[in-house]
Amino acid sequence: MNAHSSRQRAGDPQFSSYDVVVIGAGLAGLTAANILGRAGHRVLLLEQHDKLGGLATWFKRKGHIFDVSLHGFPVGMIKSCRRYWSPEIADAIVQLKRIHFDNPMFSLETTFDRRDFTRLLVERFGVAPPAVDAFFDAARQMNFFDDQSVTTADLFERYFPGREDVVRLLMEPITYANGSTLEDPALTYGIVFSNFMSKGVYTFEGGTDRLIGMMADELRRNGVDVCLRCNVDQVLCEGGRVRGVLVHGRPIAARAVVSNANLLGTIFDLVDARHWPADFLEQARQVRLNNSSTQVYFGIRAGDTIDEEQCGDLLFTSTAPRFCAQSLLSRDVTSRTFSFYYPRTRPGHNRCTIVASMNSQFADWADLPPEEYRRAKQALIDDTLQCLEKYVPDVRQRIDWMECGTPRTFARYTKHWQGASFGTKFEGLAVSRAMPNVIGGLYHAGSVGIIMSGWLGAVNYGVIVANEVDAFLLNNSSQSSFSEETALP
Amino acid sequence: MTVAEIRQAVIDILSDIAPDQDLSALNDEMSFREQLEMDSMDFLDIVMELRKRYRIQIPEEDYPQLASMASTVAYLEPIMKDMPKK
Repeated sequence: MNAHSSRQRAGDPQFSSYDVVVIGAGLAGLTAANILGRAGHRVLLLEQHDKLGGLATWFKRKGHIFDVSLHGFPVGMIKSCRRYWSPEIADAIVQLKRIHFDNPMFSLETTFDRRDFTRLLVERFGVAPPAVDAFFDAARQMNFFDDQSVTTADLFERYFPGREDVVRLLMEPITYANGSTLEDPALTYGIVFSNFMSKGVYTFEGGTDRLIGMMADELRRNGVDVCLRCNVDQVLCEGGRVRGVLVHGRPIAARAVVSNANLLGTIFDLVDARHWPADFLEQARQVRLNNSSTQVYFGIRAGDTIDEEQCGDLLFTSTAPRFCAQSLLSRDVTSRTFSFYYPRTRPGHNRCTIVASMNSQFADWADLPPEEYRRAKQALIDDTLQCLEKYVPDVRQRIDWMECGTPRTFARYTKHWQGASFGTKFEGLAVSRAMPNVIGGLYHAGSVGIIMSGWLGAVNYGVIVANEVDAFLLNNSSQSSFSEETALP
Repeated sequence: MTVAEIRQAVIDILSDIAPDQDLSALNDEMSFREQLEMDSMDFLDIVMELRKRYRIQIPEEDYPQLASMASTVAYLEPIMKDMPKK
């Protein structure tokens, strides 16, 4: 089974009316479409790109397959895939057991679970066991209703006062996972940390292409009509309710619309401003986008293998003397995460690839003229390669493909405002949730609010929204059609 | 449906949601969370299954009523008492 076994049509939607139109085939959009299709609704999934997955994507070069965002997700993904997708998808999820840290404060290997973090904090960092337990328990008990004024920095200061090294160990992976900083609300850290760093890191055997291919097969089984290269021009609304979407100039009626586009893109680009009340627009304008990323992709020659023991699966590396989330965003890169992919990532494919990921800011890349942009990309590749040489001897001679992606690359393929790779900061969640109260039948599901980001966050947010859409459709069982007043451009 | 049948309907849903958990010794008065490994997604699944199987709509503000078996059955009883057993 692969991505090609379920070829989606690049053409136009089959029908002119659906129960639900889902805009965007990221993990949240895919999951919402699957659940609603499975529930018996007539679902149309529209994706502007030529493949499904959104940022859960991959690309092929010279025999290599590069995964863009398959760096490791929490154990909860197994349960969510089993329940909202299929047992086959859940069964392909395997643990990554070697997580490495290397920075001027410490170098260590961990299995990334509560037990091992406790061992490290007590034995290596000399923290008293009760403090470690109290921290883990406090993080686990945090929820959405907690005081938002308590920051992640406050949380660390309470349990590990003055311990920058401990903060680095516990924060750096989360900063890479969702772009959050010490200034974000502690509850976002607590929720993500408890999901992520308590039971290990997992990956999908067969790679992103296999996962998305299996999801496409499942969508077809559940009767979802999938159209690629279908950019939605506009969400059509009338009388405070959603009526459908405009695709390639053609109106498609829908009783409900789920936007898996970027939150701000949904509000400001897809829906005409006259449909939003002023106070909602004002609230939306206050939402801060999260940062973007740069990546460098290295393909190792066929037949050559990287030493797993030495490199591990994930390597958080930094030359910065201290941890600082802001410096992680700088174009003057000092910190990187390397994801190492061994032949076991794609059994049978037998290749090794390495992907370096850095957090970065769109503004630093947006306006570079072509020649400067080209030079900046080359410098990023050179610096990253130099850093990688510390861990993989002779890597320069062993690589036969190198290229990089920048915030502009992310913006181009996902159409996310400012190439945001982790959605929005915390306040975006409330705006996303409020959308159907403002325009009946219009929902947003996608990476928002820090806690609803990453692969698991996106899948689960798709489930939460699908549940609401299903209830909405049950309560509003009238046929979808356009009335005379619907203003069609 | 009788109270016992409503309880069984909830057990049926739980055994689909949490197939690995032993439900035979469930204490009805104690919260599900204390006895079973359940997270917020599991509670959402209960809501979705009740809608799918019995077309019961539970508004979000009523989700806390699903904390334990006793409170769930008490909440569902007025809604389900006139339904035929499935």
